[in-house]
Amino acid sequence: MSERPLTVGVTGLNATDNPGPGVAVIRALRDADPNIRLVGLAYDALDPGVYATELLRDIFMLPYPSQGLTAFWSRLEYIHSKVGLDVIIPTLDAELPAFLDLEPKLRELGIKTLLPTREQFTLREKGRLAALGIKSGILVPPTAVVNTIEELSRVHHRVPYPLFVKGLYYGATLAHSYDEATHAFYKVVAQWGIPVVVQGQISGEEFNIVALGDGEGGLVGAVGMKKLVLTDKGKGWAGITVNDPALLHVAKQFMSATSWRGPCEIELMRDKNGQYHLIEINPRFPAWVYLSAGAGMNLPYAAVELALGRKPSVGTEYTVGTLFVRISIDQIARIEDFQNMVTTGEVSR
Amino acid sequence: MSSGTHLKDLALSDTGFVFDPYTGATFTTNATGLLILHALREGLSRPAIVEKLRDRFDVHGDVETDVNEFFALLRQHGVVPPNFTAAEK
Repeated sequence: MSERPLTVGVTGLNATDNPGPGVAVIRALRDADPNIRLVGLAYDALDPGVYATELLRDIFMLPYPSQGLTAFWSRLEYIHSKVGLDVIIPTLDAELPAFLDLEPKLRELGIKTLLPTREQFTLREKGRLAALGIKSGILVPPTAVVNTIEELSRVHHRVPYPLFVKGLYYGATLAHSYDEATHAFYKVVAQWGIPVVVQGQISGEEFNIVALGDGEGGLVGAVGMKKLVLTDKGKGWAGITVNDPALLHVAKQFMSATSWRGPCEIELMRDKNGQYHLIEINPRFPAWVYLSAGAGMNLPYAAVELALGRKPSVGTEYTVGTLFVRISIDQIARIEDFQNMVTTGEVSR
Repeated sequence: MSSGTHLKDLALSDTGFVFDPYTGATFTTNATGLLILHALREGLSRPAIVEKLRDRFDVHGDVETDVNEFFALLRQHGVVPPNFTAAEK
């Protein structure tokens, strides 16, 4: 009788032009251990990752968490009954609060996760970056939270123009004047609601770090990356690993200040003096995380090991100068898979 | 970060491809640029670099000005600090 394989569920299969990180996480796990049973958790029947036949055999639809925790939990229980999940790696910002709520119940079922605590999750919210900067010693651009257009009209006293107008979850519009800021404010409110975050612009170059925290203030691993090509949505389409000790020190500062548990992406601007300013922290792996595996530091696999309570086997070094260059290809898919995703919400190939 | 450290860590290929591991920046340079970068890493002074260029290549005219312009390019791209100058002796 063969041993049951380690089974890991991964969300975020929307590998579109604004990609979810799921496919990258799955590729990294597949590289680390070909015997892992990887289960795709999709929110849309046409999520491109569903049709990546070389990566995934089992895919299940999940209801959006906005439809209620009961439906979300019920579906996870069903999926667990079918495949026996050992670990779930959520990869999308919007679903994380639901996973945080359900973490104790998942644990009862024997499903491990590697999530930050609710407090840690809140600490890195865009509206609290200034406080995080003080706590961690990381430089943060002037930031303010506004709820009304009147507050926006006075915000330049705290955050000078040009400034970015940001939604709490997604999107950033550069505004050079009050008129431009007003337009951006209403756009953000219509899409994401209030509060709206206003952040001063830092001139320089953008750098990103994918990092993994052990939950006790320690940094398990981190890979620094400079984007080489951006899409019109500002997403990295190509990038290269870098190794500036000052950059990686920011990751250590963040872990030490928050005792972050799990993966995160740290977005920074490097000014002309070589100083790094914290722009944003995403509480999950980024879509470019496969670069970490490609450069020799497989952080998704380390996350699974940590979730299972094992000591991560990941090393402390990665190959500097490793590039990722994204590609847009047409996958050929069987209508049976599409049909099953639409009707039963599951595919097993 | 001292300029010496930064220059020391540059990845220089024989084809003239230059990669700065701190910033991720990549450049291409010709054989004379490559010689200057190698010479700076060895800690050669500006006059020594000029002499080395005259020895190695069939150069005419004001080589010193060309070297200064190359230094300006290095400063502009952040390969060396804004106040960088090579030793005069």
